[in-house]
Amino acid sequence: MATPISQAAPSYEARTRPSHVVGWIALAAVALIALPLVLPSYQVSITTQILIFSVLAMSIDVLAGYGGRTTLGHGAIFGASTYVVIYWTAVLGGGIWTGVALGILCATLLAAVFALLAIRTSGVYFLLLTLALGMIVWGLCLRWTSVTGGENGLRGIGRPEFIADHISFYYAVLLVVAPVTWAMWRFVHSPFGLTLRGIRDSESRMRSLGYNVPLHLFIAFVASGFFAGIAGALYALFNNFVSPSTVQLSQSVAALLMAITGGVGTLLGSFVGATLIIALENVVSAFTARWPTVLGVTFVLIMIFAPEGVVGRVRILLSRRRKRQSSESLN
Amino acid sequence: MDRRQFLKTTALTLATGAGTLAAPHIVRAQAAPIRIGLMAPQTGVVAAGGREIIDGFTLFWENARNRVGDRSVELIVEDDASNPDTALQKARRLVEQAKVDFLFGNLLANTGLAVANYVKGNGTPYFIPVIAADDLTQRSRIKNVIRAGGYSASQFSRPLADWALKQGYKKIATISQDYTFGHEQCGGFAQTFTEGGGTIVGQFWHPLNTSDFSPYLGQISGLKPDAVFAMETGADSSRLIQQYASFGLKGQIPMLGAQNATDQSVIRTLGPECEGIVTSAHFAEGADLPATQAFVKTYSGKFSKIPSLYAFSHYVGAMWVAKAINGIGGKVEDRNLFLDTVLKTDLPDSPLGKPVRFDDYGNPIYDVFIRKVVKNKDGKFWNLPIETYPQVSQFWKYDPETYLKQPPYSRDFQGIKKA
Repeated sequence: MATPISQAAPSYEARTRPSHVVGWIALAAVALIALPLVLPSYQVSITTQILIFSVLAMSIDVLAGYGGRTTLGHGAIFGASTYVVIYWTAVLGGGIWTGVALGILCATLLAAVFALLAIRTSGVYFLLLTLALGMIVWGLCLRWTSVTGGENGLRGIGRPEFIADHISFYYAVLLVVAPVTWAMWRFVHSPFGLTLRGIRDSESRMRSLGYNVPLHLFIAFVASGFFAGIAGALYALFNNFVSPSTVQLSQSVAALLMAITGGVGTLLGSFVGATLIIALENVVSAFTARWPTVLGVTFVLIMIFAPEGVVGRVRILLSRRRKRQSSESLN
Repeated sequence: MDRRQFLKTTALTLATGAGTLAAPHIVRAQAAPIRIGLMAPQTGVVAAGGREIIDGFTLFWENARNRVGDRSVELIVEDDASNPDTALQKARRLVEQAKVDFLFGNLLANTGLAVANYVKGNGTPYFIPVIAADDLTQRSRIKNVIRAGGYSASQFSRPLADWALKQGYKKIATISQDYTFGHEQCGGFAQTFTEGGGTIVGQFWHPLNTSDFSPYLGQISGLKPDAVFAMETGADSSRLIQQYASFGLKGQIPMLGAQNATDQSVIRTLGPECEGIVTSAHFAEGADLPATQAFVKTYSGKFSKIPSLYAFSHYVGAMWVAKAINGIGGKVEDRNLFLDTVLKTDLPDSPLGKPVRFDDYGNPIYDVFIRKVVKNKDGKFWNLPIETYPQVSQFWKYDPETYLKQPPYSRDFQGIKKA
């Protein structure tokens, strides 16, 4: 499954002119900053949720789109961080920032364990192995009642005063998500990221060129887990509640779908994917109890008409138009 | 008209104008509909129960012509997808976007606990006719969370244990789903039973959605108990009851159960294998009480099935809150007054058939029926009361303050008294 997706989305960023990128990013930044001024408070909290899940989807995209390894275990890594933050603050009575740091640390360590076990496989085996590892975390959260609260989950103690209301929390999340996005962008566009893409396209060639493929994948997995952990810690602050449903398979699937919908291998496409899915969930469920069906049909349609994701599709269309224009100007 | 005169008239006109404009505004605010947010699982593992929540709840409001306390009622139903994260998101939407006056519903304990934690922060009244987690009205009580029409998990298994002792049962084994709701119901039973001189010879915990009960049934029959206490819900309950009969244990070892084990949602799909199981609850659809039978008749007429726990408890919950709203003339915006009034409201004429009231912790005190599954005159199985324990509170016969010092029930703590 991993290979076709990544081949479907070759990198187009080389053709997008830097001035355009800067322009678009500036526009997006202004829009994000201005949003709470025009949106009612509930929509602000939905936007906050979108930002948090975009980070999770991007962390998956780092692996799936650039390393060619599609994972179904990131929901568990994300949720582990959420569990640690809430356990630390609500059960042990620790400080919230220490909790956040511990949560991210735990997620990173968990990702390292996952990586050690899964990194030598690829394709469908990698998918299944990460799925199984995620299920172990889920089972642990469900059964270890004395620590995780079992099915009932753990309730948090709320956010610190200065980010308690929706709007200030939104800005706080934005303040974290922006540099994290930049860091991921740098990560995948660094020489290291190029090597990852080389591994995605041909592992054997990279190996014969002398690259240590498993080590590269290990580092990519751990870094991706670190970013998923940041998203999980933010989610702990946002949701103030955690239960096994936060680490379960459907969480991993939802985040992967966001990455795929936006466009695997586009990184920023995750924002589009997360926005589409979360917005659809909220809008459609207001009209019909059959909203999962509508969501399902939407995914099928996207897979048929835009298998490279929304952003991937747009990039292809843009580059076609540009080609046409340049050939016209030549004539 | 000179300038002074002009100013005077203008000012006067404006003042009266503003007055007439402002006055209807107050009237309008009073007459604006009361907005109620109902959350029920319409998708996910317990969607069938969620449907009955909606049926029971809307049935009450239809009968009340969607009016209460001289105001109309607007009902907004949301799907919690049997998932606490979704429930939380829907609660946020109902409170922050739909601006509901209060929330109702949820089925699974984890969804209810998530929403309860959310309303703790903003004070929105939240009524939970099904969510039974003990601590919501005990150790971690939240002022604006009230169990109208509901019960705490360990409340009804205690009178059943007392009844079992009176039947001369000395040794009992328990089998239960392995999650908090099960731990609490078994805990209530085990504590009362052992404090009364009985012995718990074995406790079996199986994961939710167990398809094969034979390993447990084999062990249970090996222990030779006088009776079995089964805490099961939904499909697990149907399977246990069926396999209990097909392994030949029915008729040898009497089966007792928690309310959900023989709820209509379970036994309406079963045959004679469920006959004779004894459970305890605040409601018995077979009770020969006028209010109960009237409700059963209306509900069965409309939905062509006998009401289940989910349906009647939401009907009763709605009735209870509606009575309180009538008592304060519809002023639900005054949350303190509203909550205090609900807690002080007694309900003499609900489908439960017996008068009910709240204790100081927001949990109702009920007359608890010991019920036996029998066939009614239409050939359908239902729960018939065989004994009544009057005025059972969530604290049974203990002093609340002493009781709350003991840890909450879990797999490791079942309150079993050492002989």
